[in-house]
Amino acid sequence: MGLESAMGEGYFTTTMDSLTKWSRSNAVWPMPMGLACCAIEMMAFAGPRYDAARFGSEVMRFSPRQSDVMIVAGWCSYKMSHAIRRIWDQMPDPKWCIAMGACASTGGMHRCYGVVQGVDNFLPVDVYISGCPPRPDSVLNALMKIQEKIRNEQSVLLDTNE
Amino acid sequence: MSKKNAKEQLLEDIQAYLGADLIESKDGYAFPNILINKDRLHETCRWLKNEQHFIYLVDVFGTDRFTSEDRFEVIYNMVCLRTQERLFLKIRIEEENPVVPTVTDIWKSANWNEREVFDMFGIQFEGHPDMRRMYMPEDYQYYPLRKEFPLIGVPGSIELPSTTPDKA
Repeated sequence: MGLESAMGEGYFTTTMDSLTKWSRSNAVWPMPMGLACCAIEMMAFAGPRYDAARFGSEVMRFSPRQSDVMIVAGWCSYKMSHAIRRIWDQMPDPKWCIAMGACASTGGMHRCYGVVQGVDNFLPVDVYISGCPPRPDSVLNALMKIQEKIRNEQSVLLDTNE
Repeated sequence: MSKKNAKEQLLEDIQAYLGADLIESKDGYAFPNILINKDRLHETCRWLKNEQHFIYLVDVFGTDRFTSEDRFEVIYNMVCLRTQERLFLKIRIEEENPVVPTVTDIWKSANWNEREVFDMFGIQFEGHPDMRRMYMPEDYQYYPLRKEFPLIGVPGSIELPSTTPDKA
């Protein structure tokens, strides 16, 4: 930029975009949507051993208003899908979605009449995680993919499309 | 009195009580397994509870035998808390107009079990206080555990949430 030399020590210049993306990507708070056994691995992901806080996913927020990424962990029945969509609609933009495990991604072994064959039937999923259930490392990996997506997205100025 | 004797005594009592209405009685499994005439279901259940101390109704479930006659089976799993005997009581009903008398007036725990059987097989329980579906949506048109029902369900029969949120 060249402005630093004029302003002296203690200053650095950047763009609004990179600042916003940096702060967004390092404060991705998850909304845990634990529906089945994947939720146990999701707890391990947040707990001290795997420690999602290292990546800025500081706290699980059980309130959709305070969270940025929804982790759908487990199989989703048709009855539950309406509740999930409602919670998703309550989350403020920008928001992201992780389909954790085989059931949330495709229905998995629950190939039957009561289970939605993949939550992408009603949610815009950003990252799918394979596994049954996936290890907490995979969830960390998905979180890093989300961070990568945030850092590489278009200019935040284009977000305001009212 | 040893446990084995209690079971033999029970089967004898049932035989004496039901007579020809006891269609089939098996003891090849771990528990006695009896098939009785549908018309005597209600009084037999009352007798089993009052006289034989089967005060604990564990489960009520249905099966679809997929036969042309007597297609559905309703099975009552009960335990006598005095002798620790378990009994499986079965009745068979036809496909047309499957109606069974309820046992909710004998065991209150039958309420939700019978609702589940209704939900999954479409078997009506006459006299049930609250004959609604248990798991599937109220306006669902199918009975999922019937054999002719496809495993994956009927596509589009259950509504998914709208993917466009209301613009308020």
